[in-house]
Formats: sequence, structure tokens, C-alpha cells
Amino acid sequence: MALNEKIGTKRLVVGAHYGTFEYLAQRVTAIIMAVYTLILLIGILTMSGFTYQGWHNLFTFTVVMMPIGQILASLTMISLAWHAWIGVRDIWMDYVGNVGVRLFLMVMTLLWLVGSVVYFINILWRN
Amino acid sequence: MSDSAQKPRPQFKNISVPQILFAYRLPLAGKVSILHRASGALLFLALPVLIGLFAMSFTSEAGYNLISAATSYVIVKLILLAFIWGYLHHFCAGIRYLVLDLHIGMDKQSAQKSAGIVMGVSLGLTLVFALKLFGAW
Repeated sequence: MALNEKIGTKRLVVGAHYGTFEYLAQRVTAIIMAVYTLILLIGILTMSGFTYQGWHNLFTFTVVMMPIGQILASLTMISLAWHAWIGVRDIWMDYVGNVGVRLFLMVMTLLWLVGSVVYFINILWRN
Repeated sequence: MSDSAQKPRPQFKNISVPQILFAYRLPLAGKVSILHRASGALLFLALPVLIGLFAMSFTSEAGYNLISAATSYVIVKLILLAFIWGYLHHFCAGIRYLVLDLHIGMDKQSAQKSAGIVMGVSLGLTLVFALKLFGAW
């Protein structure tokens, strides 16, 4: 690798593996959501009738005093937001050519997703 | 860097939307792929509605009952069904991609077959939800 292809001493200007981290994050978060979907499905199928208490309990059940229901739902919501960020970012990168518009859309997407996570976790843990 | 900045390359955009929609016939795997993107976008756009519904149904029994009552409207059932299809398609196609990532089913025949399975399973399960929503049992 020629020296003039580097910025500073560490960073390469050329080379593959840009996006590897996002690629992995998208897949890991997908698996987390898929597993949680199955957990919810089992919970719903073993519920004795679809009632408010049963629905509430799906997300607030405890295991040995630990709020496992809320922890699982929170982790999945964070995974969802991260997953959605990568996917929606890809859509903007593919279809929006104007750099300013793209930056604006990306910032809005991030703000919206982070806001959603905060809101969701807030209602989940306060009720 | 400076060379490419000085000479803008000519761009040829000769694909129009009607051509994309009607002229080019995608293979089944291609249809699964674009529907994976479309369903992902749909779920992203649906997020405010879904989180709002969750908040209502979760925070009070009155809210829960209100949403239960709202699902008796046909239009609400259809909107819910669109979200359900989006989730199921995104889920099934996503599992297919995870399997492809492991280099399983990469040849043309298997890829077409697994794309068919994704369409069949996601549409089939959507039908099951539709029957449930419209009170088949």
C-alpha cells in the first residue's frame, strides 16, 4: 500500500469492508427481533384468552423478581431502531441524489427513531 | 480526485418508472427483494401509528378496550392487514437472506424455489390473519 493512499497514519482512503459493521448489525438485530417475535408468539398462544391483563403481562412478566418482559421488549425496540436506521439509510442513499436533501432525511430518520425508542421505553417502564 | 471533479461524467438515465413497473419482468427472487424493501419502508412509516396504538393499549384498560372496539371496522381491519402482511413478508424474506448469507441455496433453482416459499408462506399466513380478523373462527 503506497503511503500517499493514507490520510494520517491509520486511515485508508481505499479498500473494501466499508459497511461491514452495518451489514453485521443489520443481521444481528434481525435475529434478535425474530427471536423476540417467537417469544411473543408463544406468549400469545399460551395466554388464557385475549384480555388486557394478559396483554399487559406479555411485556411486564418477571422471572425471579427480574423484569425480564420489559428488558426483552426494550432490547428488541433498540434492535428495531438500529435495524430500521440501516435499512432506511440505504433507501435514502439509493434514491436521493441531492446531498443536502439526503443529509436532512437521514438526520430526520435518526431523530425520529431515537425519539421512538425513548417514548416506547418510557411507557413500557412506567406502567 | 481533482480529475474527476473537473470532468463530470455523462449520466444516462434511460429507465422510466412505467418501464420499471410494466416492461421489465423481474424473476421471483427480484420481486421478493423489492417487496422486502417496500415492506420495510411501510413498517418504518407505520411506526408512529403502531407505537401510538401500543401506548394506548398498554397504559390503560380503557385504551385497550377502545382499540379492541375499533378493530370491528372493516377499514381498520384492512389497514392492520397491510401492516401484518408487511411484517410477515419482511420476516420471511429476512430469514431467506440470513440463510443465503450462510451460502445455503445460492444456485439459481434453489434461489427461485426459496423465493417462491417466501411468497407462499407470507401470503398464506396473511390469509390466516385475515380469516381470524374477519371472524372465520
